[in-house]
Formats: sequence, C-alpha cells, structure tokens
Amino acid sequence: MTHIVLGCPSFEDSFRIIETMVKAGVDLMELQMPFSEPIADGPVILRANQQALENGATVQGCFDLAGKVTRAFDIPFLIMSYCNIPYRYGTRRFVSSMATRNLRGAIIPDLPPEEGQEYLNAMKEFDLAPILIFSPTTPIERMKSLAIFARGFIYCIARKGVTGETTAFSDELGVYLSQCRKETSLPLALGFGIKEKADIDFLKGKVEIGVIGSQTIRIMEKKGIDSVGNFIRTLR
Amino acid sequence: MMNRGYYGKFGGAFIPEILFATIEELVEGFLDARNSPGFWKEYTDIMSTYSCRPTPLTFAENLTKHFGGARIYIKREDLNHTGAHKLNNVMGQGLLVKRMGKTRVIAETGAGQHGVATATMAAKFGFRCTIYMGEVDVARQRPNVFWMERLGAQVIPVKDGARILKDAINEAFRDWVTNMDDTHYVLGTACGPHPFPEMVSYFQSIIGKEAQRQIVEREGKFPARVYACVGGGSNALGIFSGFLNDPVQLVGVEAGGKGLDTSRHASRLASKDASIGVAQGYKTYFLQDEDGQMKETHSVAAGLDYVGVSPILACLREEGRVRFEAASDREVLEALSLTVKKEGLIPALESAHAFAQAFKEVSDLSADDNILINQSGRGDKDIFTIADAFTDPDWQEFIKKKAKDYRA
Repeated sequence: MTHIVLGCPSFEDSFRIIETMVKAGVDLMELQMPFSEPIADGPVILRANQQALENGATVQGCFDLAGKVTRAFDIPFLIMSYCNIPYRYGTRRFVSSMATRNLRGAIIPDLPPEEGQEYLNAMKEFDLAPILIFSPTTPIERMKSLAIFARGFIYCIARKGVTGETTAFSDELGVYLSQCRKETSLPLALGFGIKEKADIDFLKGKVEIGVIGSQTIRIMEKKGIDSVGNFIRTLR
Repeated sequence: MMNRGYYGKFGGAFIPEILFATIEELVEGFLDARNSPGFWKEYTDIMSTYSCRPTPLTFAENLTKHFGGARIYIKREDLNHTGAHKLNNVMGQGLLVKRMGKTRVIAETGAGQHGVATATMAAKFGFRCTIYMGEVDVARQRPNVFWMERLGAQVIPVKDGARILKDAINEAFRDWVTNMDDTHYVLGTACGPHPFPEMVSYFQSIIGKEAQRQIVEREGKFPARVYACVGGGSNALGIFSGFLNDPVQLVGVEAGGKGLDTSRHASRLASKDASIGVAQGYKTYFLQDEDGQMKETHSVAAGLDYVGVSPILACLREEGRVRFEAASDREVLEALSLTVKKEGLIPALESAHAFAQAFKEVSDLSADDNILINQSGRGDKDIFTIADAFTDPDWQEFIKKKAKDYRA
C-alpha cells in the first residue's frame, strides 16, 4: 500500500502520481485528506499537508479527485485523515460520501474507538472498513478489543514516533508482529519507516501489506513523479 | 472501553494509538497522587517555599476611586516565582513526574512564560528539558529563550505550520510519541486530551482556594464578579474554581485583537467565529474554516493567541455559568497604562485583558459590591513586548544604540 497527500502539490499532480503508482503495480492506496494539525505525521508528510492546503486543497476537491481515481483505476482506495475533517463535514455525511465514490475504508489516527462510536456505526451502515491501529505500546487486552471494531485489515505501527523516521527491522519487530497476528484474524499491514526492498523482504511472511508513505513523497520531491514508479518496481 | 474526560460535550481524548498506554499511565499517576493524603500538602509546601504562595490580594484603592463603582481587588499571581500563574501547574506536574519516575520533560510555549516556568522546574528537580517554541515566537521573545537556555533547557524553534503556539503543541506531541518511556509532556494549559484539562485545573485551583478565603476574610462577602483573561484557560479556571458554587458572576475575557468584526482576534467563546471541532487531542470551540482547517489568530498578548480553548470553559459557557467577553488590543493597552499609573502594578498584557473588561463594567456596580481581577502575570519582565505595544520612541532609540554597541 502506498500513501499520498491529496492536492500536493496539486490535484492534477495527485492524479498523475496515483496513475504512476497503479501502473507500477501498487495494489492498495491510502489517500490523505490534508489537515492543518497532523500530529501523527513526521516532517515529510506534515509539509505535504501544509503545501496542499496552501495550494487550495479542500475536502470537496479531495472527494472529487477520489471519485475520479476510483473510476479510473481498478484497485481499492482508502481515505486517511484526522478526525476534525469528517467531524466538520458531518461524520455520517462524510462516510456516505466515501461510499458514493466507491472508496473502501478509512484510517483516522486520532479517533480511537472510544471516541468514534458515530463513525464506526456509519462505517458499518455503509459497509466500509474502519482500519484500526495496533502499536508496539498497545497492551494485549486492548489489541483484543480493538480487533472487535476493526474491518479490512489492522494497521500495525512499526515503532514509536511519527511517520518518516528510520525503523529497525529487527527480531523485536518480528515478536511484536507475531503478537499482533495472535490477536486478530484480519490481514496485517505494517507502516512507518519502510524505505527499501530489504525492509519488504523482512516483512514477507509476517504481514500481508507493507505501507510506503514518506519515502515515495521524498523520492517524488527529489526526482519527480516518474521515479516513483521505478522505485515501487524495485520493491517487488 | 469507555470515554472519559468529558465536560458536557467537550473534552475527550482524541489521541493516536501509540499514546494510549502513556495517557493511561498519566491518568493513573495523577489520580494516585490526588488521592494520596500528603500530596496536596507537599504541593502547597513547595509553592510556599519556592514560590510566593499564598499570593496576596491587593485592594486597588486608587482605581476604585477613579471608577467610583465596586471596590476592586487584585489577586497577585504575578508574584509567583517566574512571574505568572504558570508555575502552579508546572511545579504540580513536576511532582507527578518525580512520582512516575520519569527523567525528562518537554513543553510547548507561546510567549515563553510556560517554557521558562518548565525550564525552572526542570532545573530544580534535575530533569532534562526540551522546549518547543514556534519560530515566530522565538524571534519575538528572545529574552525568554535566553533564560530557558540559561536554565539548561534545549529550545527547539518549530519551523512548520504557522510557527506559533499551536504548532509548538503539535511538535511536543511528536516528541512525546517517540520518547514517552522517560519523558513527560508538561502541557501548559487546561487543554489537550484527558487528563490534562482536569489535571492543570486541579493544580491551578490553588488560586481560587486562596482568593475565596482572602476576599471573604477582607470584605465579609463574596465578590459580585470575578474577571480573568482566557487563552487556553488555566488562570481563569484556577480562580473561577474557588467561586463555582457561590453566587458570583464569573467573567472570562478573551483576546479581541483588532476587533471581533475583523478576523484578527483570538476570541473563541465571546465571538461567533468559532465552531466545535477536534484537534490537538480534544473537542472544543476552535477558530477554524468550513473544512475544519485551523485559522490564524491574533492578539497583542502572545499568551492568548491560540485557536482552541479549555473544554471545561466551553462547557461552563454552555451552562451559562461563565460569561465571555473580549477586550481589544487598544483597550488592553489603555487598561495597562491606567493600572501602572494608578496602582504601581504592572500586569502582563494577557492579564490586562481582565482589567480592561472589569474597567468597562465596574462603574455600573454599587459601592457596596466588590470585584476581583486575576493578575495572572507580571508585565515588567516582558519589557520588549510591552515597549513594542506602546511603540515607545525612547525605548526604540535605546535598542538602536544597543545594537550599534554590539556591532562595534
């Protein structure tokens, strides 16, 4: 799974990036709707959020693009955003808008199930997957209760910290992932810090989905959209 | 699973999963401290030996005569060590950090007051300390940066977002999700995820406890009104907490900036410009656009220049228990000048908002009544900011000459 921030640097570019990624063989994508206060994101994605907003990205614009993308490409797309975006739009209306555009689910990192009853109900009503998060500090009991609400897959965060920093692909990570596996029957995705093929190789057999977020944005900023396709091909 | 930390429909804990265990640990640590018999005494002991508690209540005789209405009393939080009520919260959280066995503290700061207070506490307790401060604020508040660094803290200028207080809070959260094992986040106001609003209000309630006793002792009755400025809301909640169950009108005064009819203000509860949203871990009124993106705010007082407001205050407004007003930059400078000249007291620009609103209303009250204003901080140590606000020509000359000397 790859991640992009919609509207960064523009909606036209976002479409081209998505097209490039799909052609390079990406089979699942996370589309981030920008927010002014993205507390779980590190510098790379934080700046992408800011840039998108400075260039005039709106929630409506994001939905329009998402609709265009799901019509054009035959892979599942998810929305990622912070809680205030659906909250201000109206949670049920937001979820219904996702369903209309054939989006498959959503990741909202600052909306734990304790606070997200309305969201979870709406996701159920429209048959979309609320992707919940396991972290290395999540107690086992809590993993069990999170798994009850989750659909689609579980997003396992590789380490403490924010997106885009270095992750140690170590035995410790393996132990954590096997714990995650025990607590849910859903597929596992691993994100935060995947940068190269060796990381993906490490994850084979441990998780079903590898999430590439900051690294593709970095490559795009440095070398342009076309190199993103090449980078993704090297991972497979 | 249950949600906690709600005040009416405001508050909550909208936190990334990675922080869940840390917040749990903090909730437990806080409740354990609050419920342990010696803790409040340990807290008041340190506040009376390291700071100047109980802070006095000053009768403002000249201002009272000047306005010819109710008798004006001033609660002197400016006499705390480091010059503001901020130290109450910081020392309390410092005691908690010791109990929890952590060795490093981080904090956000806008004007620098909370940063200086945290760095002071860290120096005293022997904690490592990192302060996040928006790059814009670092540039405006060099004297506070100077002291934080002298006190041994590392000051990190935040270069993302609007580069002000809210961005410093985001950055402090990013540090916390990385280093929570040995690090406590000393949030400076009664905002953020549960348990911060409750915990910060608890430590600041020392203001209200003292003030209630002092005014009743002095006047034999409750004040008709209590005034406090509102940024995040910690000094207001501190003093209001002493009067919540008494027949006292409570008035929170927000930053009116250039005026509520402009977009250049930071008034969330007194203006119609704010709406309910979720950011920085909690639900409250935010100054935000239709999509939910946070707007830029403005105030002459950096400490009030913030997009959100304590969920406890949002609830008290909804219940009609606290009235909210706004004082403009211009009104605030006039109130500050008058207070300096009449009483020889120098309130911080933040606190001067409370004075400005009280001055608008005090003549309408009877001479048998009394009112209470919280002087949450002192202004003399913010000489650069205040001299700027008054565009004092002699001061500017002095700075120019100083700059020349440094170049030489």
